[in-house]
Amino acid sequence: MERNLMKGNEALAEAAIRAGCKCFFGYPITPQTELAAYMAKRMHKAGGVFLQAESEIAAINMVLGAASTGVRAMTSSSSPGISLKSEGVSYIAGSDLPAVIINVERGGPGLGGIQPSQADYWQATKALGHGDFQLLVYAPASVQEMVDAVVTAFDRADKYRMPAMILADGMLGQMMEPVEFPEINPNAYDKSGWATDGHKFKREHHIINSLYLKPDELEKSITDRYKKYDIIKETETDAELYLTEDCDILVCAFGATARVVKSAVNAARAEGIKAGLFRPKTLWPFPVKEINEAAKSAKKLLSVEMSMGQMIEDVKLAINCSKPVEFFGRTGGVIPTPAEVLGEIKRMGGTL
Amino acid sequence: MAVVFERPKSLIDIPTHYCPGCTHGIVHRILCEVIDEMGIEGDTIGVCPVGCSVMAYDYFNCDMIEAAHGRAPAVATGVKRTNPDKYVFTYQGDGDLAAIGTAETVHSATRGENIVVIFINNTIYGMTGGQMAPTTLPGQVTQTTPFGRSPQLAGYPVKVCEMLSQLTGTAYAERVAVDTVPHINAAKKAIRKAFENQKAGKGFSIVEVLSTCPTNWGLAPADAIKRLQDEMIPYYPLGVYKDVEEGVFANAEGGNE
Repeated sequence: MERNLMKGNEALAEAAIRAGCKCFFGYPITPQTELAAYMAKRMHKAGGVFLQAESEIAAINMVLGAASTGVRAMTSSSSPGISLKSEGVSYIAGSDLPAVIINVERGGPGLGGIQPSQADYWQATKALGHGDFQLLVYAPASVQEMVDAVVTAFDRADKYRMPAMILADGMLGQMMEPVEFPEINPNAYDKSGWATDGHKFKREHHIINSLYLKPDELEKSITDRYKKYDIIKETETDAELYLTEDCDILVCAFGATARVVKSAVNAARAEGIKAGLFRPKTLWPFPVKEINEAAKSAKKLLSVEMSMGQMIEDVKLAINCSKPVEFFGRTGGVIPTPAEVLGEIKRMGGTL
Repeated sequence: MAVVFERPKSLIDIPTHYCPGCTHGIVHRILCEVIDEMGIEGDTIGVCPVGCSVMAYDYFNCDMIEAAHGRAPAVATGVKRTNPDKYVFTYQGDGDLAAIGTAETVHSATRGENIVVIFINNTIYGMTGGQMAPTTLPGQVTQTTPFGRSPQLAGYPVKVCEMLSQLTGTAYAERVAVDTVPHINAAKKAIRKAFENQKAGKGFSIVEVLSTCPTNWGLAPADAIKRLQDEMIPYYPLGVYKDVEEGVFANAEGGNE
């Protein structure tokens, strides 16, 4: 297989096109701009649609329109832009539409900064929009994993008729790494039962809608969706467990931060401290079984994030607060160093 | 016995939720007559707004999408760009199109998006119980302008056809009314023209329909029609504001992918 040296943002775009994405609607924002620029160059030749929208709000609603007709559709942005998209994401979820949204996170709140961050964890996993709903959230840690995550996201979005997000960050989006594009033969999902692509007088008219004025009908639409979520929680979790079999200290981290943590874990092992890494690759659903497996021998857990501590809540919930969970993070665009994380591990190791 | 008048096939035969005297029903009917006459129901996708016509998806027999408030032109853009051979229309009220959705309206027009926009201007927010709309007339009493709309306080109404006619991407903008039979016939003709424009790929077409809201105006239906004639038409003159016969891209310069 051919190996290409590619920037993360461009690899995301290329993977989407290869995964059968037929349209991209976006709005410029740092640090994801290369993604849209790549789409502008490539999408037309690939027989698809690229359109720069007048706003993030318009872009996500264009995605909603295209997805309604059964076409694989995508948008991408960075943190402040994702906030603007949240209305549309809620409508997409409430209308049971598949779509892929990429967030190449930067520091917040407000305009924040343009350096890498993971402070949109809560937004992505708990509340990307109003109402009861979830979206699938994938957290790749390398350019290659971003490619794989895009392919999976399109597939699962179609399979479950729901929005899927790639939660990347400015570091992953901007870094260049060797990447291979697997042979992709996207699963064909039959959308003829719901897509609004013109009935041709051959079927009843289809309606894409999220409005239910009768509370019992709205409740049923939500509880039906939550039954689907239950299946997803059982079947779609994914995580990497690294040196966890005998670990005393289990460090939990996702995305680019997990690579920093892996270096720190290796350094701790070299110093005789039994550290391990738990890295969720799906943030929703959170890999509950996997973290409990990883934490079996652990005496303490440490959550390392590029935020003030957001995933740590899911870590505590997942292990039912059965062990102490500590936190180390840098935020605002500051990337934690392996030395800093090693220092935390050693500090915790000293008090075991 | 020969049938000389019947319900359009693309208008589903169920009671609507509209108030007595509301003119949405007239506009629904003439829109569906056009869809029937062109034989395009099977190739048409409509996009509903948030507002009184939010549930129009239950009335039109073509495929329908319910958009977020103001976003119908963006949703329609997503549909049309990926299905250029289909007919796509939005059906929007004044708050939806000219307040919260102004950006979507202006930019779909300036892109020359090849869609039809049916714009219901009744100078008020109907669904939420009669608040000031972007098209509420100066002096008009609403729930949120209890002493009459003061331009000093609440600004001036948006004249949508006048505004959009300034954009190169707008192929066709006409303001019509549904107060009399001749006006209704003219309104239908305008809607037909808008769909024919889409068929010919001419660009963005909007038909602004001056309509009534007896309930929130606090008027009997006949008095509401009279208000439309006496107060609205003078402020919002009827007529064709833009009509680019050759289509908006006939002389387009620049890259053609």
